[in-house]
Formats: sequence, C-alpha cells, structure tokens
Amino acid sequence: MDNMNLTAVTMFGIFVVFTLGITYWAAKRVTGTKNFYSAGGNITGFQNGLAIAGDYMSAASFLGISGLVFAAGFDGLIYSIGFLVGWPIILLLIAEPLRNLGKYTFADVASYRLRQTPTRILAAFGSLTTVILYLIAQMVGSGKLIQVLFGLEYNYAVLIVGVLMMIYVTFGGMIATTWVQIIKACLLIFGATLLAFLVLWHFNFSMEGLFGAAIEHHSKGESIMAPGGLVSDPISAISLGLALMFGTAGLPHILMRFFTVPDAKQANRSVLYATGFIGYFYILTFIIGFGAIAFLIGNPEFMEDGKLIGGNNMAAIQLSSALGGDLLLGFISAVAFATILAVVSGLTLAGASAISHDLYASVIKKGEADEKAELKMSRLATLGLGVLAIVLGIMFEKQNVAYMVGLAFAIAASANFPILFLGMYWRKLTTRGAVIGGWAGLLTAIVLVILGPIVWVDVLHFDKAVFPYKYPALFSMTVAFVGIWFFSITDKSVNAKLEHEKFDAQHLRAQTGIGAEKAAKH
Amino acid sequence: MLEGELKKLSESDAYKDLCAARSRAIWPLAIIMLVAYYSFILVIAFDPELFANKIGDGYTSLGIVCGFALILFTFLITGLYVHKANKDLEPKIEAIQKEFGHHG
Repeated sequence: MDNMNLTAVTMFGIFVVFTLGITYWAAKRVTGTKNFYSAGGNITGFQNGLAIAGDYMSAASFLGISGLVFAAGFDGLIYSIGFLVGWPIILLLIAEPLRNLGKYTFADVASYRLRQTPTRILAAFGSLTTVILYLIAQMVGSGKLIQVLFGLEYNYAVLIVGVLMMIYVTFGGMIATTWVQIIKACLLIFGATLLAFLVLWHFNFSMEGLFGAAIEHHSKGESIMAPGGLVSDPISAISLGLALMFGTAGLPHILMRFFTVPDAKQANRSVLYATGFIGYFYILTFIIGFGAIAFLIGNPEFMEDGKLIGGNNMAAIQLSSALGGDLLLGFISAVAFATILAVVSGLTLAGASAISHDLYASVIKKGEADEKAELKMSRLATLGLGVLAIVLGIMFEKQNVAYMVGLAFAIAASANFPILFLGMYWRKLTTRGAVIGGWAGLLTAIVLVILGPIVWVDVLHFDKAVFPYKYPALFSMTVAFVGIWFFSITDKSVNAKLEHEKFDAQHLRAQTGIGAEKAAKH
Repeated sequence: MLEGELKKLSESDAYKDLCAARSRAIWPLAIIMLVAYYSFILVIAFDPELFANKIGDGYTSLGIVCGFALILFTFLITGLYVHKANKDLEPKIEAIQKEFGHHG
C-alpha cells in the first residue's frame, strides 16, 4: 500500500507543481476583468473544446458512470447518452447567439433586452444554486476518494482541494482555469483510453468476448445487456431525459466557456470538438465498466462479501490496479484527483462571476462599477465560495449527496435554460414573464426534489414520498415555460412593448455578430 | 430600435437570406436529434424488452448497438451542422460583416 501512495502522490505532486507554474504565468496576464472572466477571448476553438470536455468530464462522470455500468451494465449507458445529447442542442440553438450577445456570463444574454435588476438576480441565483450543489457533490466525492486513495484524512483532503482551487482561480482567473482544464482533459482521456485498451487487449479486441466474460461473472447475468431498474416508469424516463438534455444547456460554468473564444465561429467549433471528446470518453467508460465486471467480480483481492471494496464508484480505480499494478493505479488515482481539482475551479469561477459581474457590477452598481473594483470583488467572491465549499464539504461528509448533481441539472433545465432560450428566440418575452416563470421553475424543481423519494425518503427517512418521481424536470420545466409564456403575453405594460421592439436589434446582433464582444489584443 | 445603416441591413435581402438559411440548418437537425433521443428513451420507458433482444448468435443486445449508434449519431449531427455552417452560413455572415460591420 505504501508503494501505491508514493506513485499516486508523486504524480499528483507533479500535476500540482506544473499547474501552479501555469497559474503564476497566468497571474501576470490577469490585469483586468476581461482576462479574469474570459481569458481575453483568446482561446481557440480546439482548446476550448478540450476545456469544455474537461469541465464536463468530472470525477462524477468518470468514476460514477463506470461504477454504474459495473453495478447495472446497460443502465450506465442511459446516463452517458443523456449527458451527451445536450451538446447538439447547445451547438444548434445556443452557442453562436450566446457568443454574439454576451460578454462574461449567460445572464448578459438573458437580460439583453429585459430589465437588468430582476433578470440578473434570477440568473445569478440560478447560477449560484447550480454551482453550489455541484460543488458540494464534488467536494464530498473528492474527500472520500482521496481518503481511500492517499490514506489522507477526509477534512485535510477537502481542505487541500479547496485551497488549491482558490489559488488557481484567484490569481490565474479564466486563463489558469482553462489551462488546468485542458491538461486535465488530456490526462483523463489518455488514462481512460489506456484502461479501455488494456481491457480489450485481454479479449483480443472482441466486444463479444468482453460481454461474454462480464455476463458470466455478474450476478445479474444476461440482464446487464438490457435496460434494468434505473428508470422504472415512463414519467421518470422522460423526466430524466429532459433534465440531462436541457440541463446541460443551462450550466453556468459550461456557458461561460463560450466567451473565452474570439467569435461565434470558434464557439461552434468548440462544441464539435467537445462533443467528439465527450462521446469518445463515454464509450471508454462503458468499456471500463464492463472490464471491471469481467476482471474484479470474484477476485477476493478487490471484493469483500460480494461487494467491491470502497464501493461501486471505485470500479475504474480498482480495475487499474488489476490491469496495471501499482503504477497504473497511481496514475489513474492522480488523474481522478486532478479531475476534481479542475472541475471545482471551473465551478467556482462561474459562481464568482455571478456574484461580481451580475450582482455587484450590474445590480448593485447599475453597470457603473469601476473595473478594478469589480476585479477585486470577483477575487473576494472566489475566496468566499472556496471557504463555503470547504465548510459545506465537511458538513455534508456523512450525507447522501448523490441527488445534488441531479438537482443541479433540474434547476439548470428549469430556470437558466428557459430564460436564455426564450430570450434569444421569442420576441414576446417580457421581464415579468421571465422573472415569474423562471422563479416558479426554479422553486418547483427544488420543492419536488425535497418531496420526492431521494430526499423525503432516503435523506429525511419518511416512509413514503409526497411526490412519487425521482426526477422533477418534466414538471418544473413545464411550470417554467407555461409561466413565462402566460405572464409575458398578458403583460401589457409600456415596458413590455419596449422589450418587444428591442428584439430586432438583438436578433440582428445574434445572427450576424455585428457589435459582438471582441477578443482582447495581446 | 434600429437606425440608419443597421435598419437598412435588417431590411436587406442578404440579412433575410442569412436568417432563412440558418433556420433551415438548425431546426431540422434539432428536431432529428430530439426524435432520435426520445425514441431511445421511450423504448426504455415502454418496451425495455425490445432492447434485450440479441443481435445474431452472440451476446450483444439491440440496446447496446442502439446506444453506441446514438453516441455516434450525436457526433455526426454536430459535424453536419459545423460543415453546413462553414459552407453556407459563414460566407453570408462575412459578406454582411464586410459591408455593415463597422456600424456595430
């Protein structure tokens, strides 16, 4: 075991030293808000594609989905596909107009022709709840992972992740965050490719051979090749599908990445690359999950009482040890740690920009904030969120946090996505409609998750859930869209009329890019 | 509230042509994507047994083949749009930006 610690710690140490070097280099370039929020708009489409893939391929995806495949086979694929299909929607409907209309946050676009204060408050709240839920899930996951991998105490693990993330973001802003993300994406894709390659190599590159061995070992036998219990009824299936598909198009840390490229053309390139990397990665996690079934089940070195040591989420990690010994285990562990670190950095930056750009500069200072003051505020917000993430990570140690990423997707799909999408495409949207419908969607998502089986029964231990479905998106998105529609078309105020008229100018800029934010000169 | 040159642009054939071309490119692909994904989800919801059927004599099930095909299809849709954007939309946008860009 000492050996394992040494390899993993050394490799992780190299990653940390290297990324701190990048942060030092980036810090000298972060002189204003444009470099802090959007890396000056100087990231290429290919680089941004990798960075987006990095933001999206969290440790939860890598370990969680391979763990799900390990436990249930085919059902893991339902999640992978759900996480992937949002990308064409982003490409076709969101990426180019978003880049053409916005500057630093998606709230810039949502509030483009609406009243700033109420719209920004809603968008910032939607961003912050999404970011904080995601952060808690990542922090708790990382603490537990590091505890198992490095033998480090939980609280220290959370503290290390929190402090490193604060250093990257506070000093290096979006420039450092992007490069940390790119490096981590390359490491993760390389590591996953290696694992999948070793699995397939054992079966002479025959998927049939792999499937056969997995069916033979798994207690569920042939049923791992077909849909199982993950999605038990049609309403849940559709609701989960909606949350995954449209939630992706409302994640603030993903949307923010589109402002780091010079123009709309590079924005659409970045989605093409990101979709390619993410799709490839999910195919790998599927192979890794099946490989874990074939190699780990029945092997007393990795199993205890018929359960995987460390839980199902350790499937990929244990598989690396089975296939490549301590060296591969060390490498994959370090990659998993790097992944968590990069993802929490991206999340924190998105949360900080909602506070400093949307709330401080646009709502409190009414768009008149001095750039230096705004930059200072964004750094303070980063530190604040970092401390909050550490505290929440420690508080939630013993809690079930599995529902938090699901809730984050539901909120993104029910509040952020509807106001962004209708703001871009529907002339009749008014501030009143967006604010009432957006808040209604957001609150419905939160309330239904609390009343649903995951929190009401599993966390609060009541006997029976008040709301019978695990996934609220079908209901909360309907509430949001109907609410926005109804309160917009019945809005007869003078202001509503002005907002309709502003649509033409917005549409012109969204379509042609004339007037769009330009990249900073080097 | 468009004025001057931008008003002229908004009423020009070049702009209307661009908007129409973009609509023709995005909406059919978006609908195809939705149909493909929700067909997959609805089979899981209403007839999961269908996906349990084997392909040929081996172990590979229809569900796994459809799942992998959907991943590939998702990537192809993004590729197709980017290709169309390069070929049809970008030249139109560039022409408009050349003529009107300095008014932005």
